[in-house]
Amino acid sequence: MSRDEVLEKVRGVLVDALGVDDDEVTPTARLTTDLHAESIDFLDIVFRLEKAFGFKIGQGELFPDNINDPKYVKDGKVTVEGLALLRQRMPHVDFSSFAADPRLERVSEVFTVGSLVDFVGRKLQSPPES
Amino acid sequence: MRWLWIDSILDHEPQKRLVAIKSVSLAEDHIHQHFEAGPDGPAQPLMPASLMLEGMAQTAGILVGSVRDFSEKVILAKVTHASFERDVTPGQSIKYDAVIERMDDAGASTTGVISAFDHRSGVWTEIGRTEIIFSHVDKNMSGLDLPDHNFVFGENFRSILSQLLPARQ
Repeated sequence: MSRDEVLEKVRGVLVDALGVDDDEVTPTARLTTDLHAESIDFLDIVFRLEKAFGFKIGQGELFPDNINDPKYVKDGKVTVEGLALLRQRMPHVDFSSFAADPRLERVSEVFTVGSLVDFVGRKLQSPPES
Repeated sequence: MRWLWIDSILDHEPQKRLVAIKSVSLAEDHIHQHFEAGPDGPAQPLMPASLMLEGMAQTAGILVGSVRDFSEKVILAKVTHASFERDVTPGQSIKYDAVIERMDDAGASTTGVISAFDHRSGVWTEIGRTEIIFSHVDKNMSGLDLPDHNFVFGENFRSILSQLLPARQ
C-alpha cells in the first residue's frame, strides 16, 4: 500500500472519528490543536485504525499510555529519561518541538496526521505478531 | 426514582454479548412530558430516544464491566453513532442487544441494536442502532484524583445486578 493510499484511509478514519472535513485532514494537521481531538478520541482512533487496516495496536504503541513513574515525569514535565522512552516507543513521532517545552499536558500535541500515516506504514511493513 | 433503564437481562454470552429488556409503561412520569398536550395537538406519549440510548449504554456498560468481573471503573466515553428510525409507545417492550467489537486494557467499543416488541402484533421490529465506546477510567485518566473504590459498580449496583442477570450456569 502506497503512502498516499494509507493517507486516504487514515483520512477516512479521522473524518469519521472527529467529524472533520476531508480537506482539514492534511499531513501536517495536529490531532488536538487543528482537528480538536480530545483524549477519549484517541481510543476511538485506535479502534478505527485497527478495523481499517486489519492489525492490532497495543496499548501505548500509537499514543503514550499512563506515565506515572516519577522517573519519567517530574513536576509535571517529562524528564530526559521519559523523553528517551517516548522516542524509543514511538519512532513515528517527531518529539523535537515537545523537547523544548516538555510539559506533560503538551504531549498529545505532537501527534499529526503524518505521524499516524508513518505509524501505519511501519505496522504494515513489520511482520504480524504471533 | 433509580436511574435504571433496563428491567431484566435476557441473555449473556460472557465477553461477547448482553441482551436486556425494558417495558414501557404509562405510569412513568417522563412519558407524559414527551410530549405533553399543547396548542399543536393532544398528548403524544413516547419513550424518549435519549433514554433508549441510556438503556443501551447501561446494557453495553454492564457487558463491558462483566468481562473483568466489575473490577474496572467503566465509563461511557463516546457515542460514535446513534440512530432511531421509529417511535416506541407505552405498552411496548424494548430490547437492547449489545455486542463487544473490540476490547483492551484501555476500554472497549460496542455496537448495539434496539428493537421494540408490539404485544398486539407479537412482532419485534428494529428501531435503532448505536456504537458506543467505554473507557476503563483508571487506565486513561492519569493524574485525576479519582476515588479508589469502584464508584461505577458499587455494592448497591452489584446487588441489583445479581437480580437482573440470568442464573449463572
